[in-house]
Amino acid sequence: MTNDGTKSSNITMMEASRMALRNAMSLDESVFCLGEDIGDEQGGGVFKVTKGLSTEFGDARVRTTPIAEQAIIGAAIGASLVGMRPVAELMLMNFFAVAMDQIVNHAAKLRYMSGGQTNVPITIRTATGAGRGTGAQHSDMLEAWFAHTPGLKVVMASSPAETVGLLQSCIFDDDPCIFIEKKERYSLRGPAPVDVNTRIPLGKANIARAGADVTLIGYGGAVSDCVAAAEQLSSDGISAEVIDLRTIAPWDEKTVLESVARTSRAVVVHEAVRGFGTGAEISSRIHEELFADLSGPVLRVASKDTPVPFAASLEQAYLYSIEDIVASVQSMPQS
Amino acid sequence: MTLPTTDALKGIYQTSMIIRRTDERLLSMLAAGQARMTYYSPRGQEVISATVGALLSDDDYVVTIYRGLHDHISAGTPLGPLVAEFLGKASGTCSGKGGPMHVTYPEAGMMVTTGIVGSGLPIANGLALAAQMRGEDRVTVCNFGDGASNIGAFHEALTLASLWKLPIVFLCQNNLYSEHTAYELHSPVDSVASRGAAYAMRSVTVNGNDPDEMWAAADEAIRHAREGGGPTLLEAMTFRLRGHTYGDGGSYIPKNQMADAVEADPVPGLRARLLREGLSEADIVDLESEVDRVVNDALQFAIDSEEPDISELRTDVYSSEVFA
Repeated sequence: MTNDGTKSSNITMMEASRMALRNAMSLDESVFCLGEDIGDEQGGGVFKVTKGLSTEFGDARVRTTPIAEQAIIGAAIGASLVGMRPVAELMLMNFFAVAMDQIVNHAAKLRYMSGGQTNVPITIRTATGAGRGTGAQHSDMLEAWFAHTPGLKVVMASSPAETVGLLQSCIFDDDPCIFIEKKERYSLRGPAPVDVNTRIPLGKANIARAGADVTLIGYGGAVSDCVAAAEQLSSDGISAEVIDLRTIAPWDEKTVLESVARTSRAVVVHEAVRGFGTGAEISSRIHEELFADLSGPVLRVASKDTPVPFAASLEQAYLYSIEDIVASVQSMPQS
Repeated sequence: MTLPTTDALKGIYQTSMIIRRTDERLLSMLAAGQARMTYYSPRGQEVISATVGALLSDDDYVVTIYRGLHDHISAGTPLGPLVAEFLGKASGTCSGKGGPMHVTYPEAGMMVTTGIVGSGLPIANGLALAAQMRGEDRVTVCNFGDGASNIGAFHEALTLASLWKLPIVFLCQNNLYSEHTAYELHSPVDSVASRGAAYAMRSVTVNGNDPDEMWAAADEAIRHAREGGGPTLLEAMTFRLRGHTYGDGGSYIPKNQMADAVEADPVPGLRARLLREGLSEADIVDLESEVDRVVNDALQFAIDSEEPDISELRTDVYSSEVFA
């Protein structure tokens, strides 16, 4: 058992985030957390990720803030300029919209604009995702906004162990990192890392499942969906490789291009809406580099280009399904 | 309450004159087509930052805005690299990547210059928070104009600073114009300092162009912050003697208002004050000659410097070259 009462061998996604925060704060005095409701007096965060941390590390290092996202991100940026490693929690990803100036004009650019004199080693953790009826303003996957801004790193983990390794890498990275957690997956369980200090390097993708006929590219929750689709496809005799990007931006082009060069087919999968999404960039790069080697166009499986609807029937229609991934592969030329 | 000594006043005059001469040189370069930048002249606001600069050490932090030349110089940014940054040269404080709106020079505590109105305040809180968490006695001075008092970031930042008793001075240089819009047309309240009441924050309005008033108020606010008393909203009344940017003739400023402001120009005012304090005309002329030499040297250094090499384009985007 770990100190926070979870079984060390099998933890949830939520507990994995807490494990990374706890470990980082234990290792380095300059790491601190700030965000709305994150202290134990307030319940340890609306999703309980920080539960126990303010009791263990004190209110000075686990700082509950007013609902003031610009103030939260600004305070994190300022402290990071002089060597602190703040981890700011923006409760939901849609709330990034009210702190965009701080994130896009400042966190992303202060290093470049200063000619490398100052850097911004902040991590912004957030939760989002559709599937549980949280509607249009509490569910969006907005990673493409930030992937389109040079200077930011955008990360999403596919399992509890990946969460521990990637979130710690974000916290100890010298650049601003946005770590996106999917709230619908917080209770998902998986093995904890054997060594809690293990860090998964940023910018390096992982081949989650090896295959020969098609490359499925995803991140976060899309990885297990791709693996599930790959299992179904194997019964049709199609061998699918699954790449977990881990870092959405800047992304590991090399691993993806090497894989697609072998398989000649690719599908990019993400929960974010399709239009102008990360899938468009990944697909475009594959076409630019490997056009002559492809058996067919790179396809995208993503959510529909609408706001996230509330009604369960509409929300399911908005989201992609594992069957959509399978069908997109089956639609490809099988030379 | 403390007042500046004659020596301190002399230093404030010297800094003010360095700002003024540098400003004049940059304006004439722009007029001659020898510089390529959006330039926001601080003419008329020199005494505020020169006074505050005299009260800060290099360990303190300064945040400012696009109209920042006076704050950069007063914080102690070396003039040659500063001007070189304004001209986009490799020898600039930020290797030419920031420009006049984004000057950073951490060695002097010049931490952030932002081009977005009001956005420096939340970041300044973070600098102050780091000092508070580490038990350091550093103070952060965050400069902004009256126009910033209407934007959301101002209100969020004052809320957090007051709540956490951060060691910070929010220094509003109220030059009576938010870009082209007069104060009474953009603000529903009589003074920026009156906003402080909403955040239970110590708030003061002074004549920023009067070095005695400015010194006393800034000294008290800085001391208050350093001793753990928390933030102050310090409103320094002043006037912008040039348009918003180079090229803006200020047609929206009533002629009599401008004439009165020129008449009350704080820099010649401070010169006259030094004479009354017992400095001789020769002493002041010597000081002014030295200022001219310093400014000439800095300009020459900047003009003679090279533009950055193209290879610099992709560096400093990320800390690690893996992503370059």
